[in-house]
Amino acid sequence: MQKDGNTGNSSTPTGRVRHRRRSTEVLPDISKANGGHLLVDDRNKYRSMWIRAYSSIWMIGGFVFAIYMGHLYITAMVVVIQIFMAKELFNLLRKTHEDSHLPGFRLLNWHFFFTAMLFVYGRILSQRLFNTVTSDKVLYKLVNSLIKYHMVICYSLYISGFMWFILSLKKKMYKYQFGQYAWTHMILIVVFTQSSFTVANIFEGIFWFLLPATLIAINDIAAYFFGFFFGRTPLIKLSPKKTWEGFIGASVTTIISAFVLANIMGRFQWLTCPRKDLSTGWLHCDPGPLFKRETFSLTEWVPQWFPWKEVSILPVQWHALCLGLFASIIAPFGGFFASGFKRAFKIKDFGDSIPGHGGITDRMDCQMVMAVFAYIYHQSFVVPQSVSVEMILDQILMNLTLEEQQAIYTKLGQILKDRLMG
Amino acid sequence: MNMDHTIGVPLISTGRIRHRRRSNEFPPEFSKSNGSQFLINDQNKYRSMWIRAYSSMWMLGVVSVVIYLGHLYMWGMVVVIQIFMASELFNLLRRAREDKHLPGFRLLKWHFFFTGMLFVYCRILNQQLVNTVTSDKFFNRLVSGLLKYQMVICYFLYIAGFMWFILTLTKKMCKYQFGQYAWTHMILIVVFTQSAFTVANIFEGMFWCLLPASLIAINDVAAYFFGFFFGRTPLIKLSPKKTWEGFIGASVATAISAFIFANILGRFQWLTCPRKDLSTGWLQCDPDPLFKPEYFSLPDWLSQWIHWKEVSVLPVQWHALCLGLFASIIAPFGGFFASGFKRAFKIKDFGASIPGHGGFTDRMDCQMVMSVFAYIYHQSFVVPQDYSVEMILDQIRSLSLEEQQALFMKLGQVLKGRQFGQS
Repeated sequence: MQKDGNTGNSSTPTGRVRHRRRSTEVLPDISKANGGHLLVDDRNKYRSMWIRAYSSIWMIGGFVFAIYMGHLYITAMVVVIQIFMAKELFNLLRKTHEDSHLPGFRLLNWHFFFTAMLFVYGRILSQRLFNTVTSDKVLYKLVNSLIKYHMVICYSLYISGFMWFILSLKKKMYKYQFGQYAWTHMILIVVFTQSSFTVANIFEGIFWFLLPATLIAINDIAAYFFGFFFGRTPLIKLSPKKTWEGFIGASVTTIISAFVLANIMGRFQWLTCPRKDLSTGWLHCDPGPLFKRETFSLTEWVPQWFPWKEVSILPVQWHALCLGLFASIIAPFGGFFASGFKRAFKIKDFGDSIPGHGGITDRMDCQMVMAVFAYIYHQSFVVPQSVSVEMILDQILMNLTLEEQQAIYTKLGQILKDRLMG
Repeated sequence: MNMDHTIGVPLISTGRIRHRRRSNEFPPEFSKSNGSQFLINDQNKYRSMWIRAYSSMWMLGVVSVVIYLGHLYMWGMVVVIQIFMASELFNLLRRAREDKHLPGFRLLKWHFFFTGMLFVYCRILNQQLVNTVTSDKFFNRLVSGLLKYQMVICYFLYIAGFMWFILTLTKKMCKYQFGQYAWTHMILIVVFTQSAFTVANIFEGMFWCLLPASLIAINDVAAYFFGFFFGRTPLIKLSPKKTWEGFIGASVATAISAFIFANILGRFQWLTCPRKDLSTGWLQCDPDPLFKPEYFSLPDWLSQWIHWKEVSVLPVQWHALCLGLFASIIAPFGGFFASGFKRAFKIKDFGASIPGHGGFTDRMDCQMVMSVFAYIYHQSFVVPQDYSVEMILDQIRSLSLEEQQALFMKLGQVLKGRQFGQS
């Protein structure tokens, strides 16, 4: 989900020249690249820039189309991206020599992948699934029991994978197999944490997915341009092409554009309304206090000739400022991590699915850190402001039967008694 | 939390002779041991058995004292065991030569450990913590603020560790550092998942923690004895000393003792009542219907034979049967995993804390698989859960006290109105 700009460039890479070599070996002269001057002098760079721009346009186009189609399609896009990322990462440390002696091992990786997908999406989408099937009696019972036994089902699948692993341990290859097992777990955790939080954000309102992703893209593009024109002092040894000027310039740009973009995006109900079920139709809702404009009058602050006397600000723009700050200062560490990882294991790219950009993991490394932060920020600071007694009362009265309402009443009484006595 | 039996048995081990070598190196004659006959013939085995029995009695004694003291002390014991396990596992793949050049790296691992601990226990004990800090003192208000923003705090601690890791990446040692980073994450996940679930079980009622742990111990002891007397067919190449006879005998013994043991344990309110807060005093509660005895009258031919007219069965005993089945059939795979791991990395034991037994991780390997299962089983089959009600209750729990009271009053009014409307 990277909206790379049309001049298409250098999100997180180091000075690698991607189009020259097809293999994934590291070029020996990388550490000698000396800053932004190489970019201007090299003729072939324009060709590579064109390739990158072309892929970027396709990615942006696909992305915009998915947003137009809606929450369910964006989720599907996230799932597809996940599958490709997992595949790239699974292949990365696989050694074909050992793998030929272990027939079922790749299947085991995908078994764990499927279990993790069931677990993660079951938890995140259970409420929405529940709301989608309330009309049909049979489906309702089926979904209810599936959700109730969701943990047991996922646990049984995991345990069967665990037992399969143990029963397939072969002498002389224990170390390789344990290494692959640990690697599989790490990949699945990394991939599924961020994608589950992304999907959770999507269903809270596309705004909370679109804004962080856009901020990361803007940060990368701005860092590239500031580095291109003013870059002089290197930032970090891991990525020799990054400069302090680029970093600071990009931070300022990102924060300003966060403020502005939040205002623009907050006007569309398609982007701001949460989706309560798995339908794909149009959305109408009460946007909530965060998206109602407040007007501040500027008369006492600015001189008479200033054309705008008052400014309308959505409260969500202040939240967007925090997101922008994080996107510019902390999210790049995701990129440094990926660069360090590639150097440690002497690989050039995680894959080569996207021409000019490398693999999908190369595009998603900063996005991953941002998606997790956006979800946690949303759950801690945005949601508590929007949950109210009236909303919960509405939910209770509309969704539950009389017995369930009385059950809640008695349980609430118990909770209050416990709190008051403690 | 292993109640090792006083006869002191090899439990999860393979044919290693633990007392002969002090180092952690793999004895070369390992793969040539041939079954359980060695046990009877070897004089030194009695000495090792005595050492094991001695440590087992100490462990048993400590666990009993802690059970008597209560839930909070059991939590403390779980935390201490965790710290030891993490310490052993962190040291395991550390290479002293590289570590000299990376001064802050051990501290980084403990930073992640502390973050994991904060995250896990704030989530699992959320309800108990909220109930304990309801008064208005400053400390308590600080703690409730902490609980409200626990996710953000833990996330920032983690991100700080992540950034620290990236800033300390040194050329030429990248691969070692990344390996250590991944290893740290795996350890913390393994250690914290099972201890989180153990602690959640403790506060649901010590029964749900004590019974699974005892079943694992019983399974090991029974497997040892059945293997000792009848063992002939090897079970799995990873652990050459385990036999099919031991396995099957132990399964039967575990299932039967699960049934009986649940009856015995279920009579004590100290063990069956859930603890709603972090106090340490006596517990009184309305016993769950699972722990109320049901009476089955025996058929005539049976009652004439054993002179009992009826049998009282606690419904929880049927659940205990399922736990026993899992403990005997699937939990040993945790032991196989640990054995395979030790062979893969050519180490004898995970540590040397407990004389005669190895390290803490050696004792806890099967327990880990069991405690996760016990928690999931409890949440899915024992606690009656109505999904939609639970979701709304979760939202209600995040409200403040005044809001909850307002909701309570309004809901009460609406329900009263409905009742009158219907009648």
